[in-house]
Amino acid sequence: MNESENMTRDVAAPVRDNAEVVEALNRRYEAGFVTDIESDSLPPGLSEDIVRQLSAIKGEPEWMLEWRLAAYRHWLTMPEPDWAKLDIAPIDYQSVSYYSAPKAGPKSLAEVDPKLLETYEKLGVPLHERARLAGVAVDAVFDSVSVGTTFRKELAEAGVIFCSMSEAIREHGDLVRQYLGSVVPTGDNYFAALNSAVFSDGSFVFIPKGVRCPMELSTYFRINAINTGQFERTLIVVEDDAYVSYLEGCTAPMRDENQLHAAVVELIALERAQIKYSTVQNWYPGDENGVGGIYNFVTKRGDCRGADSKISWTQVETGSAITWKYPSCVLRGDRSVGEFYSVALTHHRQQADTGTKMIHIGKGTKSKIVAKGISAGRSSNSYRGLVKIEKGADGARNYTQCDSLLIGKKCGAHTFPYMEVKNPSAIVEHEATTSKISDDQLFYCLSRGIGEEDAVSMIVDGFCKQVFRELPMEFAVEAKKLLEVSLEGAVG
Amino acid sequence: MHMLTIDNLHARVEGKEILKGLSLTVKPGEVHAIMGPNGAGKSTLANVLSGRDGYEVTEGSVNFDGRDLLALEPEERAAVGMFLAFQYPVEIPGVNNTYFLRAALNAQRKFRGEEELDSMRFLKLVREKLKVMQISDDLLHRAVNEGFSGGEKKRNEIFQMAVLEPKLAILDETDSGLDIDALKQVAEGVNALRSPDRSFLIVTHYQRLLDYIEPDFVHVLAGGRIVESGDKSLALKLEEQGYAWLADTHPELRKADLAGAPA
Repeated sequence: MNESENMTRDVAAPVRDNAEVVEALNRRYEAGFVTDIESDSLPPGLSEDIVRQLSAIKGEPEWMLEWRLAAYRHWLTMPEPDWAKLDIAPIDYQSVSYYSAPKAGPKSLAEVDPKLLETYEKLGVPLHERARLAGVAVDAVFDSVSVGTTFRKELAEAGVIFCSMSEAIREHGDLVRQYLGSVVPTGDNYFAALNSAVFSDGSFVFIPKGVRCPMELSTYFRINAINTGQFERTLIVVEDDAYVSYLEGCTAPMRDENQLHAAVVELIALERAQIKYSTVQNWYPGDENGVGGIYNFVTKRGDCRGADSKISWTQVETGSAITWKYPSCVLRGDRSVGEFYSVALTHHRQQADTGTKMIHIGKGTKSKIVAKGISAGRSSNSYRGLVKIEKGADGARNYTQCDSLLIGKKCGAHTFPYMEVKNPSAIVEHEATTSKISDDQLFYCLSRGIGEEDAVSMIVDGFCKQVFRELPMEFAVEAKKLLEVSLEGAVG
Repeated sequence: MHMLTIDNLHARVEGKEILKGLSLTVKPGEVHAIMGPNGAGKSTLANVLSGRDGYEVTEGSVNFDGRDLLALEPEERAAVGMFLAFQYPVEIPGVNNTYFLRAALNAQRKFRGEEELDSMRFLKLVREKLKVMQISDDLLHRAVNEGFSGGEKKRNEIFQMAVLEPKLAILDETDSGLDIDALKQVAEGVNALRSPDRSFLIVTHYQRLLDYIEPDFVHVLAGGRIVESGDKSLALKLEEQGYAWLADTHPELRKADLAGAPA
């Protein structure tokens, strides 16, 4: 990339120090409990043998094993990426266990260990009847395996396939084979290659032609076992004129060790298809000294393969020690639309390097990026985005808005917007702002009788409004609460 | 019974003494105008009374409605009935104006041990106040002060005052930046809120606001103290003659203390 096309802004928070701010940022992590459940794990370490064992446990067809092995061999040749603005202690990939499943694998929801269901209940995941009431179909992934998919019958009647990836590989092999890796190839990047080799489960969604999925689909990820990596793979295929809204939530117990999460999500939208993908990510972020927490290295990409298709990413990220994540859209079909709405909150020693890529290939393609970063404590929060307009993308348009909000003076916000424009008819707009919760704003609220904590969450909520509006209702409420908890006593 | 008694108030900003023994008494229902040259300490007084960070009181006392005001947090001062109309009302992007106002009112009511208002009752209250203030509905649906014109911001302040119903309202240079029509509207709003149990402290640089809001008393703040008090005619005298003449009766005032001309 041409250096002159890059714009980089580094901003250190210009806020005066407030000892109470720092102190008060002690965050409650409510999902930090461990479920005492027996599990079968592969011994730590990664080798061709482990990949074979994994594939065998899952009863996979030969082509799947070959696919994994090719990815593994490719991974061995790749260096770990170091371009992100992240300070990461070296990861020992041989100390991680690449498979952990609750003992006595469940065959149906009724057989799921009650302890597991209890865990999900604590987390507020609407499994079982709760799912029915909430009208959300859930696939819950616990450590490495999918433990139950609700609402299967109702979905099947609509022709929708929503099941665990393991099951999809066995039952819908042709579909999986046709699309898996077609958006994120096995050798795409270091973590995608690793995922391709060892992914243990995930969700598969297929919406046939002309079907509007009758309910929101949801996956809940939870890492429980110690020293386990979670490598899930999600594949969503939406055929012509079909629509789906998909929600993803994540939590993990509090552990002193860092845990690795390297997921791959692939979305495929055919002619006039629409996919709305929402994430509320609340992985354990580590303590205030940066001990423990999830390393979240995720590759998410959507392919607007058909004309007039649309893919929309919305994410609220408050967790993980390290987040490395760039949900992207490849706008291949003419007039296809890509959107990215993001709120990323970091504090203590959390580091986030997140953003999006919008690749405009088709004519008249449009993309919109709204990224909101909130930094507190000693955290580092970077937006990294690429808008690429290819030669043939006549009349392509992009609008990017990046806003950073700083709380305290030891945090950092950084914006790295890259643009590559190869078509002169394209219009690319970028706006960026950095602000702090100003003394003026705070005092204005106080002088009206609103206490400091309420004032801060009100200001933060206002700052995020544009993104929250894009979330489905229940998720928006959850996201708002999550930010409130995360910022409890943020300014005192 | 006094609404507000300020006695020998000394206050510093960034180590510099700005208020140097200010005393003032306000009774319920009275409207007091505080005038004075630039840098006399007018805004400092407003900020000290409302409890803004960075204003350090070194001496003196303030009694508000029977309470030691200086011992209260800013939000507590609001709850016990003090309201500051800002010279520069602050924008809070994304926070709905009505939502903000309801949060404020309910926080105050909660502090006072009163029942919080639900949306229906709050909306009813807002509708009543809107009529009195002649403010358009549109203002309610926008974010707090975001993209408001200067006049809209000031009217919004007065509207907030109407809903929060304070015992003492401090207007900090509310007239600044307003054209004559906007000024009249704001003044009408304030006049509609005058009542026997509500007092006003109007901090202003110019006499013209006082053409529309008639004060009971006019004080001159110079060199960190009230140096002259009178009725409305004092404001007119200042308008005509400026502040320099005060040096005759107050030899302790330096020339710099009186430098800012009122008009």
